[in-house]
Amino acid sequence: MSNRPISEDDLHAYVDHALEPERQAEVAAYLESHPDVARRVASFSDQRTMLRAALAPIAEEPLPPQLNLSRIIESKRRRPASFRWAIAAMLMLAIGGVGGWAIRGATEGPAGGLAALAQEASDSYKVYASDRTRPVELRDSAELVQWVSNRLQQPVKLPDLTKSGYRLMGGRVVPTAHGPAAMFMYDDDHGERLVVLTRPMTSDQNAPMAAHSGGDVAGFSWADGGTGYSVVGPRSVEALRPLANEIRKQAQAI
Amino acid sequence: MNDMLHQIEPVIPALRRYARALVRNHAAADDLVQDCLERAVSHWEQRRDTGSPKSWLFAILHNLAINQFRSAAARVQHIAIDEAGEHEIGQDAVQEQKMIYQDVLGKLAKLPDEQRAVLLLIAVEDLSYAEAAKVLNIPIGTVMSRLSRARERLQQELERPADHQQGNVVQLRSKP
Repeated sequence: MSNRPISEDDLHAYVDHALEPERQAEVAAYLESHPDVARRVASFSDQRTMLRAALAPIAEEPLPPQLNLSRIIESKRRRPASFRWAIAAMLMLAIGGVGGWAIRGATEGPAGGLAALAQEASDSYKVYASDRTRPVELRDSAELVQWVSNRLQQPVKLPDLTKSGYRLMGGRVVPTAHGPAAMFMYDDDHGERLVVLTRPMTSDQNAPMAAHSGGDVAGFSWADGGTGYSVVGPRSVEALRPLANEIRKQAQAI
Repeated sequence: MNDMLHQIEPVIPALRRYARALVRNHAAADDLVQDCLERAVSHWEQRRDTGSPKSWLFAILHNLAINQFRSAAARVQHIAIDEAGEHEIGQDAVQEQKMIYQDVLGKLAKLPDEQRAVLLLIAVEDLSYAEAAKVLNIPIGTVMSRLSRARERLQQELERPADHQQGNVVQLRSKP
């Protein structure tokens, strides 16, 4: 038996079964000869027992769907973590200058070129994707295609992104300095919205795919055969790339 | 990925229990746990200690809960104590036991948040004193003093007759 005096900490550790067996025995011996302290320690033990019993049923309840870990992991994999995106956005800002609009793979082109298209798509995203009341003008896809094709004076193909997890919400005609453009908006199961903008190009009639990023959105722009396309969303450039490729593939199949 | 799943999943029931005892609202507690799991999944690779993820998960949950307390201090303070009892208790518990549980949870709810957290982590969730110190980001000495104050305070509450059913707690508590 050690001669160490019994401390308050020992008493709590005794209640919590956190003592070495030897010390546990010493405290037990002390309690036998100190009934007042023993009563207090017993009441702490009772508390512990009651709390555990009262709260145990919660841990036995079946887990609700919102706490399904496999599903959480799955949705995280599809959607990059926001902090990773924040870092990417900060890096892009640092590269492009504060508040700047960084274009990779396309230098500042002539007016009406890819850079302008990217800016228009980003502006459309900012104005319309955040609109909770009326983000789109038309929801019916047939009517929409007819309307924008008339205004753009060329057939416009509506990209189908259902395989990538995005539903068409609808679209509208938006004004640009280079004439009307067609804007299509999509959302996924989490309500995350994407904007696709397309219009005839006055310059950069054929331009390879260029990533851009600024503020809290990223996008890809390109032009094929005189028609420009830009897709913008609140995701990382890398996460948007497969969507951009899919849209381009579908547009080329007209 | 599978490793993450197998290490986090078994802790979820305990996280739910802690969250509900801390915030006393079923839906808000599950939202907190969901938030905690999402963060855990995102930050899995960044966690510093490679040991048991239990205290790491509790630390994430606790920080989220604390932020919620701060942003909604008034609301949390006044959630009805009776609500804490009703559906928190197993269906099959006998009425008498139900009343004791309801009473002890109601009295636990009267403790300051910081004392309640320490008591729950140690007495219910079986964290060691060192783990609790890590979760709460306080020295171990502070853990001990809060634990001591929490137990003394809860004891005072329990020895006082219940607010709405006089005296059943003192009567029914098992004798030392």
